[in-house]
Amino acid sequence: MLAAFNDRQWLWLSAGFYFAGFLLGTWSLVRRGRPSGVLVYALIAAGYGLQLAGLGLRGKAVGGCPLGNTFELFQFTAWSAISLYLVIGVAFRSSILGYFTASLAASLTLLSLSIPAWDSGRRLRLFGHNPWIELHAALALFSYGVFALLALTSLMLLLRHFSLKSKNLGGLFSFLPSMVDLDQIGLRLLSTGVVLLATSLAVGANYWLRDPASASIGKLLITVTVWLAASIALILRLRGRLLAKRFAWTGLLLFAAALLSLWPIDSSRQALTVPSAPATVPARP
Amino acid sequence: MSSPGFFLLGATHQRAPLAVREKLALDAEASAALQTELATVAGLRELTILNTCNRIEFYGVADTPDTLARLEAVYCARQCFSPEEFASFRLSLAGRDAIQHLFEVAAGLDSQMLGETEIFGQVKAAYATAQTRQSTGPVLNRVFQKTFQAAKYVRTQTAITVGHVSIANVAVDLAHNIFGDLKATRILLLGAGDIGEKTAKAFQSRGAASLTVASRSFERAMELATAFGASAMPFDQREVRLAEFDVVVGSTAAPETVVSVEAVATALRKRPARPLFFIDLALPRDIEAGVADLENAFLYNLDDLAKIAESHRVARLAEVERARAMLTEKSAALWQQVSAQGAPQASPPAAGKPAVSTA
Repeated sequence: MLAAFNDRQWLWLSAGFYFAGFLLGTWSLVRRGRPSGVLVYALIAAGYGLQLAGLGLRGKAVGGCPLGNTFELFQFTAWSAISLYLVIGVAFRSSILGYFTASLAASLTLLSLSIPAWDSGRRLRLFGHNPWIELHAALALFSYGVFALLALTSLMLLLRHFSLKSKNLGGLFSFLPSMVDLDQIGLRLLSTGVVLLATSLAVGANYWLRDPASASIGKLLITVTVWLAASIALILRLRGRLLAKRFAWTGLLLFAAALLSLWPIDSSRQALTVPSAPATVPARP
Repeated sequence: MSSPGFFLLGATHQRAPLAVREKLALDAEASAALQTELATVAGLRELTILNTCNRIEFYGVADTPDTLARLEAVYCARQCFSPEEFASFRLSLAGRDAIQHLFEVAAGLDSQMLGETEIFGQVKAAYATAQTRQSTGPVLNRVFQKTFQAAKYVRTQTAITVGHVSIANVAVDLAHNIFGDLKATRILLLGAGDIGEKTAKAFQSRGAASLTVASRSFERAMELATAFGASAMPFDQREVRLAEFDVVVGSTAAPETVVSVEAVATALRKRPARPLFFIDLALPRDIEAGVADLENAFLYNLDDLAKIAESHRVARLAEVERARAMLTEKSAALWQQVSAQGAPQASPPAAGKPAVSTA
């Protein structure tokens, strides 16, 4: 079954489902005046399964977690955000969050697929045979996925704040969750992101201390800076110094910083790079 | 009649003014008496009575048009209402038109407050009562079951019920947009007049549990607080204790504002993580307009709320034709099914006596 397509084809299919979720959500909002909750959720779930298949094939091809180039980093970040959405989307009971998530996932995956240069070089056995380094990288990227979801709830909070201040409560605004609920979910997401990234850094530091040449200072500085920024934001929020709009803007900036940090982190890696031929994993007998 | 004799007979707010509806309304005692009397009406096979403040409607299955005339005569006599006068307000429909009307009633299209959902529960209650009395049969059972499905369909497929159209409920909606669940939301009512009372009722009906009343007359505050199971607070403490509350409803008759920007700014500093929502229903206004400029404070006055309520009403109106078209399609399909069941003679007589529901 998996051999029916190569990894990029699976990922294109997955992006198609995310995009379909975005289109359906937009159509539903415009034509029916309300978001389509269950169907969008189903499309996202289907896209998630297809993305898992694509990333799985890619993982087999590169001999580890597929985090070896910008394309893979974007794909993994989108996948992480969706993983979390599929869990909290049900608890949060907000169909509009599904619409926003589908939009973000479609943007990240389609962008990464449409720029071939991002997938021009693959790194085989990027993490050698050390599962701890692989865990470190996967946790770090998963925390970026958490920040992606934080950015979405932050955007929703800004929209809710704007709608209440401008007294414009119709259309899309009428489906947004309450300000307090968005603030609380944002706080939980930020806490989760900080803990995940801290764990990732702790795992990576343990390895780095034994072998300082295994990671560049630049990469270390960038990752620590992102974590520090997130930690400071969390402390300020908990102490009541970073609230409402400013907290939401911080959430958006954190995700932007996390995304931007992917390029310098990627380019600073020391690993084996293979030529750019799109990897097709041979079918298993 | 070639149809199974499904009919509607009644009077609604569309034609009958309040003074007439008062005379036509059935209280519990009258309901019981009418039920006994209707049992003597020959040819009345099935019956459900929908009795609300805006309508008295008899839905049933009759053998002949004479049966309807007898039903009307019994009802008018019971209510001491002139049959001639009743004829001028009467709504009498049969077959598919009667089904369409019932669909529209259950979906809130025929309500005074367009799109309200309370009527759906009232129709359900009327049908449940009729079932208990065993006065429904194959036709009414099918029609009412399909009515509930059709009303639910229209409510989910159109925006006919979206947004509230009363000022008090719009205010509660706004509070919900800020705080979510209102169970833990603390509400301060400034003023104990009618407007404050209506708003308090709206908040309580949506789950708000913590209400405090502050009025320039402490006795009146105590009175209202007691009526709502709330607590009363001296009026002069309103600004000092502002930080204890999430929602402040101003409805006093004070000639000047009673909550200043400075007091709100101080309160916000004491509770930085939670917003403050002000609903100013007073004229002249109770809350200083500058409060709206504070970062985590939201201020809505009477005009703002009225505009939102009006926009909801207009939005609902825009959905009426779409909703009606959906219901027309469904009523046509149902009428075909009901007609296919056969003439009234094919409907077995109701096992019990016609029932009256005062939903």
